[in-house]
Amino acid sequence: MTTVAALLVLAGALLAFLGSLGLLRMKTFFERVHPPTMGTTLGTALVLAGSLLYFTTVESRLVLHEILIAVLMTVTTPVTYLLLGRAALRRSDERQD
Amino acid sequence: MSADFVLLTLAAAQLLLALAMAFAFCRLLRGPRAHDRVLALDTLYVNAMLLILSFGIVWASRDFFEVALVIGAFGFVSTAAAAKFLLRGEVIE
Repeated sequence: MTTVAALLVLAGALLAFLGSLGLLRMKTFFERVHPPTMGTTLGTALVLAGSLLYFTTVESRLVLHEILIAVLMTVTTPVTYLLLGRAALRRSDERQD
Repeated sequence: MSADFVLLTLAAAQLLLALAMAFAFCRLLRGPRAHDRVLALDTLYVNAMLLILSFGIVWASRDFFEVALVIGAFGFVSTAAAAKFLLRGEVIE
């Protein structure tokens, strides 16, 4: 069971890695907004699921703390990107590049 | 053997997350404009949170969970404040 948890963490880390790679390699800001969301949504969810599974197995009781972070990320990430996208839209009107 | 495999997998995951943080930091330095840097900072925060969660698994300690929670909250607040500043020119109107 801990093996499955470790593989879940690895899959989440891979998604976060690919998201950051995309952030580095994309050309314009509005392309760059997209890749990191892989890490913030499914990447975080997989790492949290792995952590939840691992501690539930090791302590042989139900450990559900991780859901708190999942809820926090689910609520805050859209707000952040909405504000940031709106700011970028406003700023790219002022000066083209 | 199974414990070795778990530790090896987690080490690979931590290496990937550290590389992801390095990429985000690279974008933070390169810019080119302020909103690119804010986006890179947000990505950096999320990757750091995931890295600390994986550290918590490796050391089998619950303390890292609180650190990750606080980093997630601070990441949201700082990014939202920076984005609001870029949008309106001040954070609280």
